[in-house]
Amino acid sequence: MARDVAIVGTAQRPSQVGTVLTSVELILPVIDEVIAKVGVDRREIGFWCHGSCDYMSGQPFSFVAAVDAIGAWPPIVESHVEADGALALYEAWVKIQTGECDTAVVFSNGKTTSGPIDQILTLQADPYFVAPLWPGFDTLAALQARMCLEAGVVSERAMAEVAVRSRRDARSNAVAWPPASMGDHSVDELLATPYVRDPLRAHDLPVAVDGANAVVLAAGDVARRLSPRPAWIRGFDHRIDTQRLGARSLVESNSARVAGRVAGVNADKIDVAELHAPYTHQELLLVQALGLDPQRTRINPSGGALVANPAMAAGLARFAEAADAVTSGRADRAVAHCTSGPCLQQNLVCVLEGE
Amino acid sequence: MSNEAEGLMRIRQPIAVTYQWSAGPNATSHLEGLMEGRLIGKRCPSCSLVYFPPRNGVCPKCAAILAEDVEVGPRGTITTFCIVNVPFLGQKVKIPYVAAQILLDGADISMQHLIQECEADEVRIGMRVEPVWKDRSEWGPTLESIAHFRPNGEPDRALGSEAASS
Repeated sequence: MARDVAIVGTAQRPSQVGTVLTSVELILPVIDEVIAKVGVDRREIGFWCHGSCDYMSGQPFSFVAAVDAIGAWPPIVESHVEADGALALYEAWVKIQTGECDTAVVFSNGKTTSGPIDQILTLQADPYFVAPLWPGFDTLAALQARMCLEAGVVSERAMAEVAVRSRRDARSNAVAWPPASMGDHSVDELLATPYVRDPLRAHDLPVAVDGANAVVLAAGDVARRLSPRPAWIRGFDHRIDTQRLGARSLVESNSARVAGRVAGVNADKIDVAELHAPYTHQELLLVQALGLDPQRTRINPSGGALVANPAMAAGLARFAEAADAVTSGRADRAVAHCTSGPCLQQNLVCVLEGE
Repeated sequence: MSNEAEGLMRIRQPIAVTYQWSAGPNATSHLEGLMEGRLIGKRCPSCSLVYFPPRNGVCPKCAAILAEDVEVGPRGTITTFCIVNVPFLGQKVKIPYVAAQILLDGADISMQHLIQECEADEVRIGMRVEPVWKDRSEWGPTLESIAHFRPNGEPDRALGSEAASS
């Protein structure tokens, strides 16, 4: 029997570029903030789960240091995923389902600007035939965009419209601050700019930033005690397409479609969808895969990962944004989504609901 | 490799990435100290333990930023050690030699360094030692600014609770 579990608090660090802080120093304040917001004693937390990527720091097992940010005394129960924090949230949700704990803190960090993230993320690709060629993560996305354009499932104009809307929305989101250099451009102006990874223009690519975030999960009555309006997890599913780029259709996201169906995304009833789409064409593919209607559902009101992409934290940021939308009453039902791997290979879909 | 299948192509594709690594503001004074021949640890504002080295600038027990600099040492006490008798690729020191955990005076966690200028079999827990710095021209933001530690002739120090916490 499934336990009712909700997100009862969130904290996000404002995006930075070129931070001099260590990962531990990035994480510590958001954990402090979320613990204080929820008003829980950190020694009562039953489980801690962290998402990050050692390839981004270039140090094996560097994630172990993050435990320093928790205050692991007396000893705690903790885990780590070498992935986005949203996958850590999934693990924490499973942990609560087992009945081993009632509360969990999930956190993630990404010092995206301390290395060439385009090359580093390529290591998520198939290690035999793709990764050794170092195509670059952006290039793989560009190949997908090219196929989507040729198949007629997206257009360069629709992609530019995603960028214009995302940049506009990001202006009212303090944590998703986009660099001022991004400017205020119309769709036509963006379409007149040169390709940087043909057929992707600068506005089609994510802005790499350093960031960290944390959320608190709680079950049943504990959640009701900790939040005036918990964001209840009503459905949750994670699906993965094959790692062989040539062995799947790149002009759709089959794993997102299945995950959305199993998670119970009912497009008629979703007010807000926070989709982890680092590239403009990927948002269009995800909207399609989840069957969302942009006239009915507000897509990425936070500005999304396109305007602030702290790698390994951008997915958990979507969960924080979607939960905030529910808790604040802006939405009764929201979708939170995280992707991983090249060309939307992995997709995690969650439906959140207020009572 | 002579029995490879006809037409099989083999490629070598070494990969490398360059990172911008940051010590972080809270550990920087420690590293700057080593460039000036000083041993700077950090004190936790919550539990008052002094960390040398200051890890990631955070007290792992309290999850508090280690903001306060504390000069420690330079003398210290050996809390445990091992005698290295095994040759290995890249070895820089003549065997047998001693790698020891040293609790610097005023610090609450020990650090690892070499013990030289005595026979390996003379080294013992509780032995008092002092650093031997390299030439000033070789100082950098690293504990390798210290060539090694050596016995300083002081009577052995019994290790009490301070050692237990390290």
